[in-house]
Amino acid sequence: MQRARVLIRNKPGVFDPQGKVVHSGLRRLGHESVQDVRVGKVIDLRFASGSPDELRARIERMCSEFLVNPVIEDYTIQFLDEE
Amino acid sequence: MKVAVVVFPGSNCERDCEHVLENVIGASVVRAWHRDHELPKVDCVVLPGGFSYGDYLRAGAVSKISPIMKAVSEFAFSGGPVIGICNGFQVLLECGLLPGAMLRNRSLRFVCKDTFVRCATERTPFTSGLSLGEVLKLPIAHAEGNYYVDAEELRALQDNDQIVFQYTSGDGEANDGANPNGSIFNIAGVCNRAGNVLGMMPHPERAAEDVLGNSGGAALFASIIHTL
Repeated sequence: MQRARVLIRNKPGVFDPQGKVVHSGLRRLGHESVQDVRVGKVIDLRFASGSPDELRARIERMCSEFLVNPVIEDYTIQFLDEE
Repeated sequence: MKVAVVVFPGSNCERDCEHVLENVIGASVVRAWHRDHELPKVDCVVLPGGFSYGDYLRAGAVSKISPIMKAVSEFAFSGGPVIGICNGFQVLLECGLLPGAMLRNRSLRFVCKDTFVRCATERTPFTSGLSLGEVLKLPIAHAEGNYYVDAEELRALQDNDQIVFQYTSGDGEANDGANPNGSIFNIAGVCNRAGNVLGMMPHPERAAEDVLGNSGGAALFASIIHTL
């Protein structure tokens, strides 16, 4: 079983209200060392088989077709240890 | 005139649109279901407001891959008039039929109130009955209506006369105080380059009869008949 994780965040410079609210919450709790917070989404995918290269190409297609809105979002793909 | 109103799971303004089109404007209406692969033969398509597919992933994202949207895209590419209201606007953005994307309102709240919007172009089939600069009072009701495009795309929208409505004060001034959600350049509605596809966050169908205390929105629907 191959596992992959897509991490999606708003692009730098695009308004990230959740990050802003979480940041002000952390500051309210005294965590003033935090300089910036960005909140994103995690999408975990499981595949029966496939090499990381093949899967990366397939996942990139899924991102451009559906999972990510390229106007406002960036993403990174990670491969997780096999279960 | 025959109009198709597209219904997704989670649409909730389709009956309001139907009511206005049939009983106020006198058009005939057919519903198109999200699973349909073809549109009935119509003169105009309406994508109503609501929370299609529960706004999962992103507002409008799951609707864009529904079978009916392929047919709607073909209708739009052939020049057919398409209007997306609120969630319908979000669907049009996700489909790429209109440029840009929606972010959360800058207040982080769901905003439900009357706004003033100024007609910034009367070249679309939905604004041909309005005059340039005319100010309408229309209600909004959304959490994700903070319209975003990058600086280059904003210039393209301006250069190509694609900004259709801007949030303004009652006397038509587009200032920050009149911006209910943080939309760039106070944008409330945009069209494609050709002008036949319009997306707007305010709900003209909720303000189209005197009995509701506001009939300004009827002019948008009446414009379609005027154009066709």
